[in-house]
Amino acid sequence: MLLRLEPRGEASRAMIWLTPVLSILLTLTFGAILFAALGFDPLRALAAYFIRPVSTLYGLGELALKATPLAMIGVGLALGFRANVWNIGAEGQFTMGAICGGGVALIFHDTEGFWVLPLMALAGIAGGMAYGAIPALLRTRFNANEILTSLMLTYVATLFLSYLVHGPWRDPKGLNFPETRMFNASAQLPGLLDGTRFNLGAIVALLVVAAGWLLLARGFIGYQIKVVGQAPKAAAFAGFDQNRIVWFSFLVGGGLAGLAGLIEVAGAIGQLHPRISPGYGFTAIIVAFLGRLHPVGILAAALMIALSYLGGEAAQIEMRLPLAITGVFQGVLLFFLLGTDVLIRYRVRFGRPATSRGG
Amino acid sequence: MDFTAAVLLSVIAAATPLLFAATGELVTEKSGVLNLGVEGMMLVGAVGAFSTAAATGNPWLAILVGAGAGAAVSLIFAFLTLSLLTNQVATGLALTLFGVGLSASIGQGFVGTPMRPLPKLAIPGLSEVPLIGPLLFGHDPLVYLSILLLAGVWRFLYRSRPGLVLRAVGESHEAAHAIGYPVIAIRYGAVAFGGAMAGLGGAYLPLAYTPMWIENMTAGRGWIALALVVFATWRPGRVLLGAYLFGGVTILQLHVQAGGVGVASQLMSMLPYLATIAVLVLISRDATRIRLNAPADIGKVFHPQA
Repeated sequence: MLLRLEPRGEASRAMIWLTPVLSILLTLTFGAILFAALGFDPLRALAAYFIRPVSTLYGLGELALKATPLAMIGVGLALGFRANVWNIGAEGQFTMGAICGGGVALIFHDTEGFWVLPLMALAGIAGGMAYGAIPALLRTRFNANEILTSLMLTYVATLFLSYLVHGPWRDPKGLNFPETRMFNASAQLPGLLDGTRFNLGAIVALLVVAAGWLLLARGFIGYQIKVVGQAPKAAAFAGFDQNRIVWFSFLVGGGLAGLAGLIEVAGAIGQLHPRISPGYGFTAIIVAFLGRLHPVGILAAALMIALSYLGGEAAQIEMRLPLAITGVFQGVLLFFLLGTDVLIRYRVRFGRPATSRGG
Repeated sequence: MDFTAAVLLSVIAAATPLLFAATGELVTEKSGVLNLGVEGMMLVGAVGAFSTAAATGNPWLAILVGAGAGAAVSLIFAFLTLSLLTNQVATGLALTLFGVGLSASIGQGFVGTPMRPLPKLAIPGLSEVPLIGPLLFGHDPLVYLSILLLAGVWRFLYRSRPGLVLRAVGESHEAAHAIGYPVIAIRYGAVAFGGAMAGLGGAYLPLAYTPMWIENMTAGRGWIALALVVFATWRPGRVLLGAYLFGGVTILQLHVQAGGVGVASQLMSMLPYLATIAVLVLISRDATRIRLNAPADIGKVFHPQA
């Protein structure tokens, strides 16, 4: 065999933080080759994709806006992924959070008050948690694979949102567009920076990152999560309740996704319509891995991936590339990341082994 | 053609993409590899088939390209999980995300392009026998191919030596390796077969089922196919049963909508997804049965110590 993997004595700590950087560089190389193949000057295309979108204050605000849901969902998912609990239905929990929180805004449409936003946030968290509780219940009570159930529920949530905005919640004055009324002023997140859409949501995301870090570094449940993920047998001997970890992962992951959904509709959008998410719930999976399932890493990864969304929009306008090319870049990035991760535990050697031990 | 025959025909058409994809994934999982990228591979197969058919007008070539495209992207997964020892769950998710993006990027130019659906087989005389005629002889060729391939997979797995080896690899890669079987090579083959089958299932959608290009036109069928393999407790016969059952649910839902029942179409469209959850729960609640039937080494990384 040409390519051979030699186990390292212990995992390389340097590689743990080097491979994300390496995979980003590889993805940029892939992008340059792709742009060249499509007939664009690769350097100028990369600049248009990754630099120009954030060269203005407005652009930086947009970056924060897109990184907010990614970081919040990513931190929640990372807790589960660390314990081998695969919640991949965050997109559905995000949608349910937006529906529940947005519903509160619509109920109190004619009421002003400082309490409306906190109530919406609570409803959003509760909606996401309740929706995350379904796969947790099905897994712990009926042994049903949480990957498949949480994903199926995402389709259900998207259809439910579509039903609401086409039917009972449609704006009576909206010219038959499938969208709700705009939320009133006290149901929208206050902007924090003139000339941008930067809002309170970004601050909440930073708090979530800090809380996630504290939980993993200092909390007992964070410790349990790590043990269950890395040494399930040891966890069982220690008497850690596996089902409790499943419930915790889904409730926290679902709650954070729900809050992210609420922040998106109460901040960036201001109403409910069928396209509230460009796939944040799925992209957050990439963010969680790229950030090494570590809250601080996830924050950096969320900014990086948010930039890829902005770049995709810019490329659509300036180079007439399909918007979906963002998804290609994100998928390729995850491929490179997973692939280069082999370097953490193995050395790559080429050629046959020098010494052969028998057969 | 009477109403019953028409309904049954549409059930079979709705089931066919699921049958292709689930049969392929069954073989992959039997070899001990869990590939969650079915949805992505189906979409790549679908766009490969559609673009070929649009460019050449040759549906047979389009089917081949669909299968080939599915197999090609499955090899990315195979290389990462089998040669670079990555986590199969994460890599499968990456493959789906990649496939969704790639198919939408390539397919964008095809939105609105008309497509001539695959011709139905028609045998003069026989096809006109009431009910039985159209049911036996009135399908497009891919329907027959899906059933033939399933039968072939059953024969391969349970009545042939290479099939026995493949199952052995899935039950215990260490033991199979110790006996001298090429574990990695066999798994490469199983993943590529799964990819080609997912590609065929994807190709069926724009070539026969809804002859046009729609972004994300698989609409979760890849995930339903994965659930079908669990539902079937990894047995080919039950994959067939499950696929037709789901075809039935899909068509039932469409007929209820068309019948003007006072339920919003979006709520009716939830039915296949809710049904998937329901059958998963029913099958999985018996943990022993799952443990006895699932390939023992599924999803585990294999790195032979030279």
